[in-house]
Amino acid sequence: MNDYLGDVAALARKDLALELRARDTLPAMVLFVLSTLVVFHFALPRDAGDEAAYGLLWVAIVFTALLGLSRAWVPESRDGAIDALVLATRDRSAIWVAKTLAALAFLAVAELVALPAFALLFAPLDAAAVAGAALASIGLCVVGSLAAALASAGRGREVVLPLLVLPLSIPLVVGGVGASISPQAGDYLLFLGVYDAVFAILSWASFEYVITE
Amino acid sequence: MTQTRPSLPVLAVGSTALMSAALLAIFFVAEQDADQGLSQKIFFFHVPIALTAYACFGLGAWKALRVLWTRGERYDLESYTAIHQGTIFGALTLITGCIWAKASWGVWWTWSSNQLVLFLVLFLFYCAYFMLRFSVEDGPRRERVSAVYALFGVALIPVSFFAIRLANDFIHPTVFTREGPQMTGRMFLAFSVAWAAIFALAYVMYRVELAGKRTDAHLRELREALAR
Amino acid sequence: MTAAEKYVAATYGVVFLFVLVWVAIMAAKLARLERETAELAQLARERQADG
Repeated sequence: MNDYLGDVAALARKDLALELRARDTLPAMVLFVLSTLVVFHFALPRDAGDEAAYGLLWVAIVFTALLGLSRAWVPESRDGAIDALVLATRDRSAIWVAKTLAALAFLAVAELVALPAFALLFAPLDAAAVAGAALASIGLCVVGSLAAALASAGRGREVVLPLLVLPLSIPLVVGGVGASISPQAGDYLLFLGVYDAVFAILSWASFEYVITE
Repeated sequence: MTQTRPSLPVLAVGSTALMSAALLAIFFVAEQDADQGLSQKIFFFHVPIALTAYACFGLGAWKALRVLWTRGERYDLESYTAIHQGTIFGALTLITGCIWAKASWGVWWTWSSNQLVLFLVLFLFYCAYFMLRFSVEDGPRRERVSAVYALFGVALIPVSFFAIRLANDFIHPTVFTREGPQMTGRMFLAFSVAWAAIFALAYVMYRVELAGKRTDAHLRELREALAR
Repeated sequence: MTAAEKYVAATYGVVFLFVLVWVAIMAAKLARLERETAELAQLARERQADG
């Protein structure tokens, strides 16, 4: 077990270290989400309620996550680095865990900027909304990491990844928006939790089959 | 290849017979619905088509599981064909659903019909299956990648269903009741025969497509063998 | 025809059309398979002639 966690930590640290040095993904994500929010202001009609704004927040988050996810796999797709990773780890699902954690870290930083900006520009966010954001972000990274691995197997990775993630993200958007605006936010948070659990197990178990040649 | 299952010609004939019986039952045996009138007849095809699509996706996922367990190429072809059929019948579900919506409620689309929305999501998901499959090169990797995605599909079905139910809370649906008419005995008979007929049709299409794909694969092998 | 009759006809018609289109696609595929099999048969014949 310690070996497994050690592998995960090492791999996650590698991704984070790469990002700290290159500093290209995270600033892009932050700028992207802020720009998208501003565009949405102009996309909303004057008398649109707060509720429409929450929906658009989630669109922004999903697309920001997609940006981060597609960048997360770029290092591995070059020079057969992924084969080296596969050989280096005892249990390949550790790669998935590490990728998910790294993607989550990036998304969390982007949201640390986006959520306050949203609260400032559009509508307030309560604790349930933030909890919803956290749970849904986990879900996004969980399926997104696996989808990125699926997309990397073929050509046109940048185009295929959004196609795979978007239908899977619909329940997450429902959960996130519901947690923000519904009086029964608890239901939505529970739903998000179930989604995260189900798809985490599924992704973790099936990663092995996706990554090997 | 061992064929303990019924032969394809037999199945095709049986399917034709069932479909004839179904059409007879729908239009001559089942009474006309008192509330909805003639347009209720749409229901006799629309719902079986939807159920058949689910069954196809389920079959695709089951075969996908076999792909991952036993690594047989035959399961990959079967999974792929099943999902292809599911997508065809899924598209049919959406189209007949729109006609049903127009006939019943006067609008071509409504977000408050949970079944239609669920099918839209699934249709998008399974279209992406083909995008994914065609982007990967032929081989065991493609089989495994397709299989994993197919499994995600069936996990998505119940999850999306609940998501859509939850979403209706804040989408404020107008009062459209779901298509669950009270069926008389004769209507239920017609429905059952129709379901069996659509099911049989889907299965025959599945087997025909599968035969085509397998022949394709065999021809490729032959070509490689002869080229040496 | 009343509106209801049109919708019912449209439903069954669409199903029929889908199946017909599928038949057309299968027919094209079968034609291709037939062509390829003939090519391979020719190849095999040549192979046999060469001994």
